[in-house]
Amino acid sequence: MAETKKTKATKAASTTGGVDTASNRAPKSQKAHVVNVGDEGGIGGKVSVTIDGKEIKVPLGTTILKAAEQMGIKIPTLCAHQDLCAAGLCRVCVVEVEGQYRLQASCAYPVTSPIKVHTHTRKVRKARRHIIDLMLRNHYGECYACVRNNNCELQTLAKEYGVDFFRFGRPAEPMFDIDSSSHSVIRDMNKCVLCRRCVRTCIDLQEVGVLEAINKGEDTEIGTFADKPLADVVCINCGQCINRCPTGALRANDPTDDVWNAIDDPTKHVVIQTAPAPRAAIGECFGLPAGNPLTFEMNTALRQCGFDKVFDTNFTADLTIIEEGTELIQRLYTALVAKKPVALPQFTSCSPGWVKYLEHFYPEYVPNLSSAKSPQQMFGAVIKTYYAQKAGIDPKDIVTVALMPCSAKKYECNRPEMTDSGFKDVDYGLTTRELAKMIKEAGIDLPACDKSDFDDPFGTATGSGVIFGATGGVMEAALRTVIELVCGIKVEDIFEHADIIPVRGMEGVKYAEIKIPKVGPVPPILSGLIKDWKWLDGVTVKVAVAHGTANAKKVMENIKAGGQLAGCHFIEFMGCPGGCIGGGGQPIPTSPAIREARARAIYAEDSAYPVRKSHENPAVLELYTNFFTEGPCSHKSHKLLHTHYTKRGKYIA
Amino acid sequence: MIKSYHEPLTFDQIKAGEGLKAALKMTRSEVIKAISDSGMRGRGGAGFPTGVKWNLCAAAAAPEKFVVCNADEGEPGTFKDRVLLAEYSDKVFEGMTIAGYAIGAKEGIIYLRAEYMYLRAELEAALAKRREDKLLGDKIKGAKEFSFDIRIQMGSGAYVCGEETALIESLEGHRGEPRNRPPFPVDTGFKGCPTSVNNVETFAWATCILAKGPKWFKELGTEKSAGLKLFSVSGDCDQPGIYEFPMGITVADLLVAVGGEGAKAVQIGGASGHCVPYWEFDRKICFEDVATGGSIIVFDFDRDMLEVAMNFMEFFCEESCGQCTPCRDGNSAILEGLEMLEEGVCSQSYLKELCELGETMQLASKCGLGQSSPNAFLSIVKNFKDELLGRGE
Amino acid sequence: MLVSEQDVLKQDIAAWVKHYGKDRCYLIPILQEIHRKYHQCSEFAMQVVADELDIHPVEVYSVVSFYSFLSHDTHGKYVVRLCRTISCDMAGKDQIANQLVSDLGVDFGETTPDGKFTLEWTNCLGACDQGPAMLVNETLYVGLTPEKVHEILETCRRTFGVYALQNKEGHA
Repeated sequence: MAETKKTKATKAASTTGGVDTASNRAPKSQKAHVVNVGDEGGIGGKVSVTIDGKEIKVPLGTTILKAAEQMGIKIPTLCAHQDLCAAGLCRVCVVEVEGQYRLQASCAYPVTSPIKVHTHTRKVRKARRHIIDLMLRNHYGECYACVRNNNCELQTLAKEYGVDFFRFGRPAEPMFDIDSSSHSVIRDMNKCVLCRRCVRTCIDLQEVGVLEAINKGEDTEIGTFADKPLADVVCINCGQCINRCPTGALRANDPTDDVWNAIDDPTKHVVIQTAPAPRAAIGECFGLPAGNPLTFEMNTALRQCGFDKVFDTNFTADLTIIEEGTELIQRLYTALVAKKPVALPQFTSCSPGWVKYLEHFYPEYVPNLSSAKSPQQMFGAVIKTYYAQKAGIDPKDIVTVALMPCSAKKYECNRPEMTDSGFKDVDYGLTTRELAKMIKEAGIDLPACDKSDFDDPFGTATGSGVIFGATGGVMEAALRTVIELVCGIKVEDIFEHADIIPVRGMEGVKYAEIKIPKVGPVPPILSGLIKDWKWLDGVTVKVAVAHGTANAKKVMENIKAGGQLAGCHFIEFMGCPGGCIGGGGQPIPTSPAIREARARAIYAEDSAYPVRKSHENPAVLELYTNFFTEGPCSHKSHKLLHTHYTKRGKYIA
Repeated sequence: MIKSYHEPLTFDQIKAGEGLKAALKMTRSEVIKAISDSGMRGRGGAGFPTGVKWNLCAAAAAPEKFVVCNADEGEPGTFKDRVLLAEYSDKVFEGMTIAGYAIGAKEGIIYLRAEYMYLRAELEAALAKRREDKLLGDKIKGAKEFSFDIRIQMGSGAYVCGEETALIESLEGHRGEPRNRPPFPVDTGFKGCPTSVNNVETFAWATCILAKGPKWFKELGTEKSAGLKLFSVSGDCDQPGIYEFPMGITVADLLVAVGGEGAKAVQIGGASGHCVPYWEFDRKICFEDVATGGSIIVFDFDRDMLEVAMNFMEFFCEESCGQCTPCRDGNSAILEGLEMLEEGVCSQSYLKELCELGETMQLASKCGLGQSSPNAFLSIVKNFKDELLGRGE
Repeated sequence: MLVSEQDVLKQDIAAWVKHYGKDRCYLIPILQEIHRKYHQCSEFAMQVVADELDIHPVEVYSVVSFYSFLSHDTHGKYVVRLCRTISCDMAGKDQIANQLVSDLGVDFGETTPDGKFTLEWTNCLGACDQGPAMLVNETLYVGLTPEKVHEILETCRRTFGVYALQNKEGHA
């Protein structure tokens, strides 16, 4: 019987928790007071607060805003975000506290003694209106030509507060050049209202540190290091800033025009692969609550839009598991049997945000990255080789589009090395938001669409591919396969319903140990790899999972310091909080609750699949039988399915 | 040179080390009580009772505490701290040492504005001398177990760092952006430790209070604004400079002393203060009436109050930290309005709108800078509206 | 910047970090040292400091851009800062400003082509009773008249010559 052990690897706090658990990067000016209550059960742990005449008891130190939320009283906010520390700087959420002449920012005001609060007195309403008017004064609003039209927090506020003229004027023309240097994120500072959510996201939530407030006074703006274009700085393209921008100041680099052009071009065979996370979230763009997957409705909609084939990225997710798992076994063999130096732990490489993070911040650990490409890029290479051959289409006429929850995937498909098929492996990366727009443009009501399946020859997917979308998913998929292949036993014998719970959940860093009880008969797909498998008998596989680069940093620092995680064999890293479901291409808004709902949808989909293990995917097995005949990690697979990385470092010329 | 209404100047009446010696004979709480009894309120302008501040800081349980001397004197028209540091730095250092003793701090930091770099060498020499004389450093002379030292950290040119939480941010190596309050520095200040941030002048008076006793201070000034105050006088007067007066002096009396009797208006409290017109010169300069950190700027009848207001607003547009909306954008909206007045394209209803915006800034800004930045504009509009209107080609 | 110059800068920064401490609290003093010697906080310098203090370069840039006595652009050997706040304004700073522009041949915010002078506005210097006032590097000049401006600049030019010479000898 295998044992699993789950311990807290580090004091890593969940990044999904928001305020209280945020790391300590943001200056204290950008934070609310955290009251240390000590013994929560003790006397005096709660304090009474009266808001608009209603009284409630809240734990000492609760902000007025949170107390109001609990009571169902709405206070407008702008710079506040559930994932970020409370900066208290936009001042939209000001309220009147009895006995105080000045108004207080409810998002940053901790209740430490009984107070009476009024949320909409004349003083308050007037101040809020003025503040909104001031924001509009510097906001180059071109609402109908803005990607965030009807999903803009500034627009909503203006509407709620009855803004019917520009009291203090408005910019007549743009003041800043738009920075569209990046494949992933476009910055249009003409629309920025300086709420600094992006700064707190970048520096605090993600620990990347690309964006900061520059200059002071009326010249304050959000900028990059030395005002360089985004493409030239250490941006990892995660797009978390986009997800949290209240306006259209940050947006993804949108290729939908090019995709439509390809669709409309009769000489082009346009193929789309769709990843699991967008399917779990796209409903939100159509008014559905989070957690309603529309996978099969979307297949129908995509065909109606004019895509020639609709494939499931899960197919190459399964392929990734085989390749990456094989690579891991090879590394372990080199280390344990051949006793040669090899980079361990092996890091997953499917999150392009994480990959670029590592390239910049820990270049010395590039050898630890699995050389296996991400599922998106594997698919691109397979479509333009295997599929082109099989379907009898000249690869130059194939246009591959990838629907991803991710802005970094746009960068990934444009990496110069991603042309192993002889062509650009993936032509365009679309985000969930962009596809929703295309579907709407085509007049299709997605939730009402009939369900239909994916196209052959990659149609069949497994549950393992699906859970790639949530943090811990890649690890779970890999473990399901490794355990079965190596041990020759059913994973269900160890984990009920093959749900490997220890690697699931929103904890920032997860750690698990799994003992390999015995080595069973190794299936043919792996048998060519190594002759003798006995050495794995009794080995305890140590794994860890981290999501969000702030947590990745904690793991890397632990490894650098020779901590517990340095002893891991395999670590899953995802660039975004929550994994792909919280990706920078996902519907806006995002919050811990929304991400959890999306994750639930992913796991529900997984358990509904008849086949839930990558190595049982018949289409994958067929690919190895007919195309990658020498098996995983062979010469041909290395050419098409593996890649190399760049040690970029932090310094910018 | 400080001019006073009496001779010799208070600071010259006290011998070096006298205040500290008196303090070290008392218990910590007796020192705080003396400061509280003196009724002294912070000399930087905000007027928070110093005794209360020290008491809160002393009461906070923490292994480490700090005394910070706010020498980021940036308020337009204020230069008393420069003169104090140049001529009476010992009084300031001694006040800091007394504060360190009272609250239980071992380290004092002088946050000296970059513009006063030329004072640094002499201040360092004075600190070295005090160390030599065992008035600073390990086991201070006359105390049982009290060690205290002072270091100087230079500012880098930002008015907002005079705001105490911005000052602490700056000390910690960040942009000088004010923090959310609460927590207050007395609870969570420099490096998260309880920190008492006081003005240069506050420390100097603390030394005098300990030397001469709280009763002496309390009996001077008014009921709610006890003691003496240094005033920095500039503008249209015959004898600009630093003056020592009891709090509560009327504007008219002060003008007589400085040779500015024919003034049209006096700006009290610098750019963030209030503009008092000549028909209100019987007003008292104290916390009950019109408060100041010491800045007195005299305007004669030839001065164009619109230009004055514009100069102040330009100052704030530049010196706002740029963090919160009302201050960052409000100041530039007001400045724009003043430019419109100058061009003769500002309607009276828009001027009224801007005044209401000014009130919003007072109410909703994050820190004292934004809250007080429209004061000058509002009081100039209130008192000199006719002068502002009706312009143009 | 030449590689060897970068090495010198790196060594300097390492020495300052060692002197003050590897702590973000000393970021500003370290930047001031850099500025004093190199008359700017260059991109390279900011990145080295960030690396040494384990913070992000953009945080350093953000701080540099916030404070008016720190600059990312190269400053002249002499930075002339004329006070434009109310009391100096009333004392006639405009005339001084015009004369500075005439004598230096550059506008406010600019550096002379020979790299000797940078002309800047500044807010209140705390010399309101003796305006107009200006700061040349760390020296305060008060009671300015247009004529005095010329003398001050000439003194700087002469000192600069001597200073440059001394520097040369020091290196030789």
